[in-house]
Amino acid sequence: MIKHFLNLEWKQYFRSSYWQKNMAMNILLVFFALYFIVMFLALGFGLLPIFKEFFPDQDPFIVANSYLFFWIIADLMLRFFLQKLPVMSVKPLLTLPIKRSTIVHYVLGKSALSFFNFLPLFAIIPFSIMLMLDGYEVSMVLTWMFTLIIVVLIINFLNFIVEALSAETELSFLPLILVVGALYALDFFNVVSMTDLIGNAMRGVANNPILILVPLLILAACYVYNFKILREKLFLDSSLKSKVTEVKAADMSWTKRFGNIAPFMQLDLKLIWRNKRTKSSVFIMVIGLLYGLFFYPQPVYKDMVWMFPFIGIFVTGIFLINFGQFIPAWDSGYYKLLMSQNIKYEQYLRSKFILMVLSVGIMFLLSIPYVYFGWKILIAHFAAAIYNIGVNSHVILYGGSFNRKKIDLNQRAAFNYQGTGAVQWIIGLPLMILPMLIFALVNWLIGFEAGIAVLIVFGVVGIVLHKKLMTMITKRYLDAKYKMIDAFSQDS
Amino acid sequence: MIHTQNLSKAYNGTTVLTINELNIPKGQSFGLVGNNGAGKTTYFSLLLDLIKPTTGNITSNSIVVDESEDWKPFTSSFIDESFLIGYLTPEEYFYFIGDLRGQNKADVDNLTAKFEDFFNGEIIGKKKYLRDLSKGNQKKAGIVAALIGNPEVIILDEPFANLDPTTQIRLKQILKDLAEKQGVTVLVSSHDLMHVTDVCERIVVLEKGEVIKDLETNPATLKELEAHFAGSMAVAQEEE
Repeated sequence: MIKHFLNLEWKQYFRSSYWQKNMAMNILLVFFALYFIVMFLALGFGLLPIFKEFFPDQDPFIVANSYLFFWIIADLMLRFFLQKLPVMSVKPLLTLPIKRSTIVHYVLGKSALSFFNFLPLFAIIPFSIMLMLDGYEVSMVLTWMFTLIIVVLIINFLNFIVEALSAETELSFLPLILVVGALYALDFFNVVSMTDLIGNAMRGVANNPILILVPLLILAACYVYNFKILREKLFLDSSLKSKVTEVKAADMSWTKRFGNIAPFMQLDLKLIWRNKRTKSSVFIMVIGLLYGLFFYPQPVYKDMVWMFPFIGIFVTGIFLINFGQFIPAWDSGYYKLLMSQNIKYEQYLRSKFILMVLSVGIMFLLSIPYVYFGWKILIAHFAAAIYNIGVNSHVILYGGSFNRKKIDLNQRAAFNYQGTGAVQWIIGLPLMILPMLIFALVNWLIGFEAGIAVLIVFGVVGIVLHKKLMTMITKRYLDAKYKMIDAFSQDS
Repeated sequence: MIHTQNLSKAYNGTTVLTINELNIPKGQSFGLVGNNGAGKTTYFSLLLDLIKPTTGNITSNSIVVDESEDWKPFTSSFIDESFLIGYLTPEEYFYFIGDLRGQNKADVDNLTAKFEDFFNGEIIGKKKYLRDLSKGNQKKAGIVAALIGNPEVIILDEPFANLDPTTQIRLKQILKDLAEKQGVTVLVSSHDLMHVTDVCERIVVLEKGEVIKDLETNPATLKELEAHFAGSMAVAQEEE
């Protein structure tokens, strides 16, 4: 049975139009994976000497254990945003003579083979070897190593539980933030020292191998819980039953002031508000807005002026990057309709453009309180906003014409929570890093004001050329029309 | 009205449609029949410029469809569910299409009011999203949306499939009225020979991408079509 599933997935992956048309993306992903593997290997081998250097009077093994808590928390956070439960189209399988439990076991088993689970091994195993070479007792280190591997798997399955729970609520990642925040706060304010708790537990297990049963039991519990959740979802009526959601209609007459693009603006706003996938990009805006708080309060970053535009681009442009990169795939479900209707392509694109510009403006206004950390930050954010409007918005619209992956907004398929993963964030990187490099260079050569001026000039040039750029982008979309229609009418 | 010349469509060297010449005059109700893979949907997709012809072209009202977009204002269509926007209610969908076709809310309301019978009280005012409607009701909404804005050409792919018998009968009446009373050119494809012969003045049979019959509908047409398709079945059996 497993053989059949593997065969199906192999075909699904390599026969999808996405794979064939996105070689570059795949290569980039592999490149990133290799990069992380190297980084983790270096960490694994280097950690022991580093600890000895920085904490000469402490046992490095104890130090390592005390940091485990932070690793667990960070891993959980990262996975939540990047790792998704493997998607499998189960509907055609349900009427075939296959046990439901087989399907679920398969999906869960496959998730255990995720790259996210292998990556920590590249650090854990070398570190364990270094410990043994350093004279630690072999059996203890081995127990410790296996416990950590079990912990990795626990995190793996715990993440899916969190995702399943959060998929049912409107505020998708609030639960995770609350849990992680609470744990962190408990530790930070010394209410319960989570670092010591986890560290001691790990050392306890390492010294008494029999205790390894405890993490194993936790792992089993997580697996069984996941199994239960998924099995319930596997019944067709739970995905087919017509969830009659009462329509919440809002008055959108204010869009009329945008003239002939008003119908599209209304459509886009409904698109964003009525679909889970798009709605989450609104909530991500909140995260984006708070992103600066990671950096600005810390004195280390006070002098790293070159970071400011990067954060500015992120804060003011998070919606632009998140929503913009799936233009026009958001409309892929009814792309044929749009193409045969009486519309001007340019109006359709301009509506998206205005939406992104509005979001940049709003995000800038909301980010004004950052002035508390220094006026330079406000100015950098302003320049970043102008750059976003003038340059990034056009770039992302242009990039959209290369979009060939259908987004199924109506999806109620089991096993599909948010649908996007690591790729989404990688695409956004050049948009943020390029302006940062430009600014850093000018800032270094001439000075802060000149750097800001250059960013603003780039933005203003983009705004001045807006009409020309839009004509060019529209032409590009028209050229790609047949290919897009074809790609969007294929499933997955 | 619609003039097809030297049209062919090939995928990777396999020709799926060749039509040397086909003229559809204004106000004709035109039916396209044929087995699966005969090229019905391909022809409609070419007509709507959703795929690019390999050779030749289609002219609609003297506009070459794959060169200009000026045919869009007077053409409307419903090919499949991908013409619906799932997260809108039927009303919102009608208003959206109306907006695109220069109709205000009152115009759209007037039009949809005429289809109360057709909707059977299951579409309007239900506060449901299109994605939550049944297949049949989705189809009803899509077909009516294709009638918004007084189009001169209406293209419907398999309009009778998935509809209940009552609605099928009502739809036939609607389509007949459009062609006879309002001079609209209606293009319909179907697998149901009885329905097409009821609705269409002219029926074209496609087989393996070629026009093999072009009939004016008369009382004997249904028999002729049935004989033809039964015949091709007999041939197929012999070949086996």
